Amino acid sequence: MAELLASKEWATFLQVLPTIPFETWETIWSTAVATLLALVIGLPLGVCLVTGEQGGVRPLPRWVMSLLNALINLLRSVPFLILMIIVIPLSRLIVGTSIGTPASIVPLVIASFPFVSRLVETSIREVDAGVIEAAQSMGATPLQIITKVMIPESMPSLISNVTIATTTIMGYGAMAGIIGGGGLGKIAINYGYYRFNGVLEIFATVLLVILVQILQTVGTRLALRCDKRIQR
Amino acid sequence: MIELQHLTKRFATKGGTVVALNDINLTIRDGDIYGIIGMSGAGKSTLVRCINMLERPDEGSVVVDGRQMEKLTAGELRAARRDITMIFQQFNLLMQRTCLRNIMFPMELAKVPKEKAEARARELLELVGLPDKAEAYPAQLSGGQKQRIAIARALATDPKVLLCDEATSALDPNTTHAILQLIQKINRELGITVVVITHQMSVVEEICNRVAILDEGTVVEEGEVQAIFSHPTSAAAKRLVYPAGAPKAESLPGHKLVRVAFNGTQTTDKPLVASLAIQCGALVSILAADTRIVNGQTLGSMLLALPDDENAARAIEYIKNYPGITYEEVNG
Ligand SMILES: Nc1ncnc2c1ncn2[C@@H]1O[C@H](COP(=O)(O)OP(=O)(O)OP(=O)(O)O)[C@@H](O)[C@H]1O
Ligand SMILES: [Mg+2]
Repeated sequence: MAELLASKEWATFLQVLPTIPFETWETIWSTAVATLLALVIGLPLGVCLVTGEQGGVRPLPRWVMSLLNALINLLRSVPFLILMIIVIPLSRLIVGTSIGTPASIVPLVIASFPFVSRLVETSIREVDAGVIEAAQSMGATPLQIITKVMIPESMPSLISNVTIATTTIMGYGAMAGIIGGGGLGKIAINYGYYRFNGVLEIFATVLLVILVQILQTVGTRLALRCDKRIQR
Repeated sequence: MIELQHLTKRFATKGGTVVALNDINLTIRDGDIYGIIGMSGAGKSTLVRCINMLERPDEGSVVVDGRQMEKLTAGELRAARRDITMIFQQFNLLMQRTCLRNIMFPMELAKVPKEKAEARARELLELVGLPDKAEAYPAQLSGGQKQRIAIARALATDPKVLLCDEATSALDPNTTHAILQLIQKINRELGITVVVITHQMSVVEEICNRVAILDEGTVVEEGEVQAIFSHPTSAAAKRLVYPAGAPKAESLPGHKLVRVAFNGTQTTDKPLVASLAIQCGALVSILAADTRIVNGQTLGSMLLALPDDENAARAIEYIKNYPGITYEEVNG
């Protein structure tokens, strides 16, 4: 212990420590913004994957569905590390720079919206076909079925899945440290990986783990609380 | 009035084409409680789903109050569906909404102002006998209560027709009875035409005035419930009326065999078999019986053996004059 406290690693740790709250905040807001944007794109897409099918509530042309599925599968099969590098020009175009936390949000959203749309798709599919048919038998429009039946009825499952998406995006966000994204991932990679500072690497990782734990707990609670199928 | 004209529906499946409905012709008059009965797979659900175009018929047409349903545009059809509502075996309530908001749902779809919808929903809760369940969620209700909420929801848009697809099949006999009573009350008090889909004879017996028997996509028998039940002619009807097989007449030496059919007869205060023995001195024995008493009315049939003696003629005369009984001598 005494040895550790006297080491250079420890000195760097103490030096970096004051920036930790800021970097934690970077992780939190970039995850939040990326999740929100991924949801903005992924939610309608996921709904379309269900409603657009033949026999769905609002069937879309077959080729549209095939294209949609192919695009989602393609984006999901590109490893995030590579995707981050591929979209650097795009980040530059959208955010004006290719480094820093805002720039890292672009690849995060592109990598996660296909994943989010698949999660939304599974949630929406869980809605009882009988309930949808009942709504149709009452003269609901396709849009009414989506907004008043599919989404509210699958809300607990959607919340669970959005929680999964958020934790995954936080994990991806940590990787964005490699291309200059900010946050706890940057600390772990820059000090831990590049400069062999084990203390900082572990410290940043533990903070990330704690964040994920909190998120997951809150998400699970929320999903359970809003589920009226459970009798309490 | 609902008229089904040459209705045909086919399904393409991997194993080939299934003809679910084959040239169905039926007329359901206003105020009827019309039963459609058949074995599993007979096409009952397909038939009822064609009435509100949840299923598009391949041929033929569905005419409701003079309007050809299959010709309506999407918007017109949605409006028409407010007049033809439906309840289901699995209730199909919105599980994340309270009962009150479930009942308000169809009014919400129809853009009825919220206050008005809520007032109407509370009235309906009263009507179905669950005024205290407004804020309960469907998961907190029993099956019978769920179906009451579903009925209230189906009534929210003041429909002219209520379609019931196996609405009591998931319920126990007592609850079934209570729900059927409620449906009957709705029919009588609100003048709503009811179409009842079921595979249970007892359901038709209890509330329907007319019935169609569906077998493999065709209507094999159609008419007044009591006429069909006392004299089933088609094989499918016999299977439904006598699930355990029709009472078979086996010859009994020295006896006359008589089949009596009860068409909703009042027998409780004047038991037939006992009266035959006491009043006519006929030592009658029951060879087979498949009868049930519904609301104090006897339905079904019985196979009796009368000793072929001087009392037999008197006994037969007695049976003939007994109100509400059809009688038939059988040769074993
Ligand atoms: N969507 C469908 N695709 C293919 N075949 C279907 C479809 N719907 C119904 N069928 C077939 O049509 C026939 C009639 O089905 P239907 O559901 O109307 O029967 P049912 O009388 O309601 O039976 P049950 O009492 O079991 O509900 C069956 O042979 C069924 O397999
Ligand atoms: Mg059915």
